[in-house]
Amino acid sequence: MQDLAAAPAGQGEARAWRSFEPGRWERAIDVRDFIVRNATPYHGDEAFLTGPSARTLAVWDKLQPYFAEERKMGVLAVDAAHPSSLLAHPPGWIDRDNEVIVGLQTDAPFKRAIFPFGGLRMVEAGLKAAGVTPDEAVHQAFTRYRKSHNDGVFDAYTPEIMHCRRSGIITGLPDAYGRGRIIGDYRRVALYGVDRLLRAKREERAQIDQMWPTEDVIRLREEMAEQMRALKDLVEMGRRYGCEIERPAETAREAVQWTYLGYLGAIKEANGAAMSIGRISTFLDIYIERDIAEGALDESGAQELIDQLVQKLRIVRFLRTPEYDALFSGDPYWATECIGGMDLDGRPLVTRTSFRMLHTLTNLGPAPEPNLTVLWSRHLPEAFKSYCIRISRDTSSIQYENDDLMRPYHGDDYGIACCVSAMRLGKQMQFFGARVNLAKALLYAINGGRDEMSGEQVAPPTVPVSADVLDYDEVFAKFDATMEWLARTYVHAMNCIHYMHDKYFYERLEMALHDRDILRTMAFGIAGLSVAVDSLSAIRHARVHVIRDDKGQAVDYRIEGDYPKYGNADARVDDIAVDLVSRFMAKLRKHPTYRGATPTQSVLTITSNVVYGKHTGNTPDGRRKGEPFGPGANPMHGRDAHGWLASCISLARLPYADAQDGISYTVSIAPTLAPKDAEGGVANAVKAFDAYFGQGGFHMNLNVLSLDTLKDAMESPEKYPQLTIRVSGYAVNFVRLSREQQLDVISRTFHNKF
Amino acid sequence: MSEPGALEVGSRYDLRVRRSPDAPETAGFEGQESHVGWLHSYETGSTVDGPGIRITLFMSGCLLRCQYCHNPDTWHLKDGHRVELAQAIRRLGDFAPMLRAMGGGLTISGGEPLVQVGFTRGMFAAAKRMGLHTALDTSGLLGARADDAYLANVDLVLLDIKSGDPDTYREVTGQELAPTLRFAERLAAIGKPVWVRYVLVPGLTDAPHDVEKVARFVGPMTNVEWVEVLPFHQMGEFKWKSLGLEYRLADTHPPSEGQLQAALDIFRHAGCRVR
Repeated sequence: MQDLAAAPAGQGEARAWRSFEPGRWERAIDVRDFIVRNATPYHGDEAFLTGPSARTLAVWDKLQPYFAEERKMGVLAVDAAHPSSLLAHPPGWIDRDNEVIVGLQTDAPFKRAIFPFGGLRMVEAGLKAAGVTPDEAVHQAFTRYRKSHNDGVFDAYTPEIMHCRRSGIITGLPDAYGRGRIIGDYRRVALYGVDRLLRAKREERAQIDQMWPTEDVIRLREEMAEQMRALKDLVEMGRRYGCEIERPAETAREAVQWTYLGYLGAIKEANGAAMSIGRISTFLDIYIERDIAEGALDESGAQELIDQLVQKLRIVRFLRTPEYDALFSGDPYWATECIGGMDLDGRPLVTRTSFRMLHTLTNLGPAPEPNLTVLWSRHLPEAFKSYCIRISRDTSSIQYENDDLMRPYHGDDYGIACCVSAMRLGKQMQFFGARVNLAKALLYAINGGRDEMSGEQVAPPTVPVSADVLDYDEVFAKFDATMEWLARTYVHAMNCIHYMHDKYFYERLEMALHDRDILRTMAFGIAGLSVAVDSLSAIRHARVHVIRDDKGQAVDYRIEGDYPKYGNADARVDDIAVDLVSRFMAKLRKHPTYRGATPTQSVLTITSNVVYGKHTGNTPDGRRKGEPFGPGANPMHGRDAHGWLASCISLARLPYADAQDGISYTVSIAPTLAPKDAEGGVANAVKAFDAYFGQGGFHMNLNVLSLDTLKDAMESPEKYPQLTIRVSGYAVNFVRLSREQQLDVISRTFHNKF
Repeated sequence: MSEPGALEVGSRYDLRVRRSPDAPETAGFEGQESHVGWLHSYETGSTVDGPGIRITLFMSGCLLRCQYCHNPDTWHLKDGHRVELAQAIRRLGDFAPMLRAMGGGLTISGGEPLVQVGFTRGMFAAAKRMGLHTALDTSGLLGARADDAYLANVDLVLLDIKSGDPDTYREVTGQELAPTLRFAERLAAIGKPVWVRYVLVPGLTDAPHDVEKVARFVGPMTNVEWVEVLPFHQMGEFKWKSLGLEYRLADTHPPSEGQLQAALDIFRHAGCRVR
């Protein structure tokens, strides 16, 4: 493999980089520098866009029977015998004559792979649910000869963590599957070619050969060796598809193809819960515009490249278990792509390909994946803002995040992992950590550390509240102590998980597409914020009587009087929410983290707000046992009584500084406007976005849907195969949600206007 | 509950009655009281009650008894929630930055805002001080209460004309039409921007000659920017039932697209800009 690295650098690069604006990016791996020097901001409207090409439609037609069959059957096929890796499967095609962009996870579309390095149990449970017999050789290998990440974590867990896991106060931890939320900088494959990346890795590695082999240094050396091996395998994977990705991409088609192969490699190597693609549209635009200027590509050809890339991103599939689906329904994988935003010099990073990427929702119809995320700035071109709103209105398939808020923290070349987690591309990764249930923690505080559902002692025993009427100061002091314990236990569990994940299921390719020295964050999360906050508000502003069972355990609450509720721009209760977010973050920061990771926090539930609610008893805010929580940082369903503007103000008050892993907010709006007023509605929506984000709002996960449509889709799913709805940071096919989750979506506040 | 930022009132969709038994009777209430008011509810985010994105206050108290009223729990001051003017102004201040950013403002609706003319005068003045656009949503019956100083703080009047025929008007609302027409003429004389609203109820307000009377009346008024024909809906029915009131429109259907277009055409022919 020495010859690959030693190949002369000059020639291929000179050809590939013809007519690009030179800069630091030529001398070092620096995609951001390449983009800001070469991107052409586009201020016009969408009139230039074209429909899908004949080839795109041909490929799409071939895929339709798979989609239809999958809706009926669930998992269509699994290769249970070959644990996935870059080279585990021969190349596969959908329609070889018409595919402009190639590459599948296995040798056939919709055939899922297994990832036993994460945990054999998860694989076998997934196979069982799919009705597939586990492979004997794989079973042997991963029980006798090879330990998995999952085995490692459970060796290090304590009985206390096991208790927390079982009771559901900490849920969704990536201790049995891939942690995800790592974004390889797949653009590097296109801009530099893999040979150059290997050379850079070798240089980085040589620098640490001189360092004394502490545990950190030894681990890094081993990881870098793995990274380089992965890059070599990636070249071989490309070769099987007829792509010379060892050299830089020379055309727009190659740039799209090379970038996708980088991503494809990542999803062959890791089954992370969230596998974002990053921020590729504007990067690819540079190649597309060059080809168009050279006369080698027309608009239809440009759209074809993006459409076909998106087709590939829509058919990513992982084998999951029923328990996993209950948490994150609709088979998501968060192939999140960031579009727009501003650069640090104040120029928009909106290009024609930003439009082309969103236009796939028109050409191919609405879809939950890729998770298209617009980085909103008030300075974005007005025509682009209006276009986004129109596409949202027609497809409900876009989420928006506040670039003006994130740019000071993360610069102008960050991507979003999963739903709301910003990270500098190629320079930062996170140790994903799901979330804890703050509403349950409040009940533990009241019940002396016992679980309100099982009666088991989960938190260390304390004196339960014995008064008939809850006293705010008493409850809050106990709650604070419970959160202290919870934060400590949570960090403890996370350290175990990520130590073992690095050891047994290291993401060698994704990390090969990072710098050697990166910022690691440890991303904690909270669920049930609105329930905990409203409960505390009820205790403070109304009289909350406790109802106890015969064992003296608090099982229900009776509220006398009214209390201010979160989501109404009411400082008396919003201040409690702000305090809880900052307070829990401060507690997390107290504890040392694995690899010195910087702790961060999200207020995000995805669809797990339903499961969390199911496992949480009656709460002092009047919420009934089993009732779903509000998703993410949303107010509880129906309690935001004064319209969306008031809710937005409450949300915008939550401090991003203490929730740098993101604050999720989902809004559903019914399309009541007559078409003649539609443009006025778009203009109002643009103003509303500018105002909400201007107030410091972080996220807007926007649905434009009527209640009647959703109800009809529940009864006649076959009529709505592509109905897409945004739920707490991602989107799903509505008809693929469980009935319970469908009802939850329907019960949420619909704001009746726009 | 008089802490800043708090107004203990519920959603506009909630039925709210007998919140303030000590409040005066609506009939005979002069409305000059300014430091305190009675509020049914408020809502943010409306885009149909004036330009831009707005906060809408629904005041308690109304002298009309419209058969199709969808908020009969706004008729009596006693049903409203008592609020201090200063407190309501502080609450408005919470939303002012976003409303300004969105080119929106404050709309006062009801009920009938001019029942509490003193309170709403104070609210409009405060909204203007905050740089907000202001709109008064009124039936015009009490238009005489809004003196020129009052109207100076109102940027737009949403004038609800229930019928152009005095007899129909009396049947629909239980009140006289004339004061509303006089108010409309006064607004025209001072050039105050107006959006006329007309609720189309099949069998009640859709007689072509009734519609035509309104159309011919407002057609020449250059201050009328829009005529909005609002189709009747049944969303208020539950409130009538819960209040034990006789609801006479239980069997009435919303107007068909054809009926709606016919009414719009009448306004158009009279030279109105309609929607």
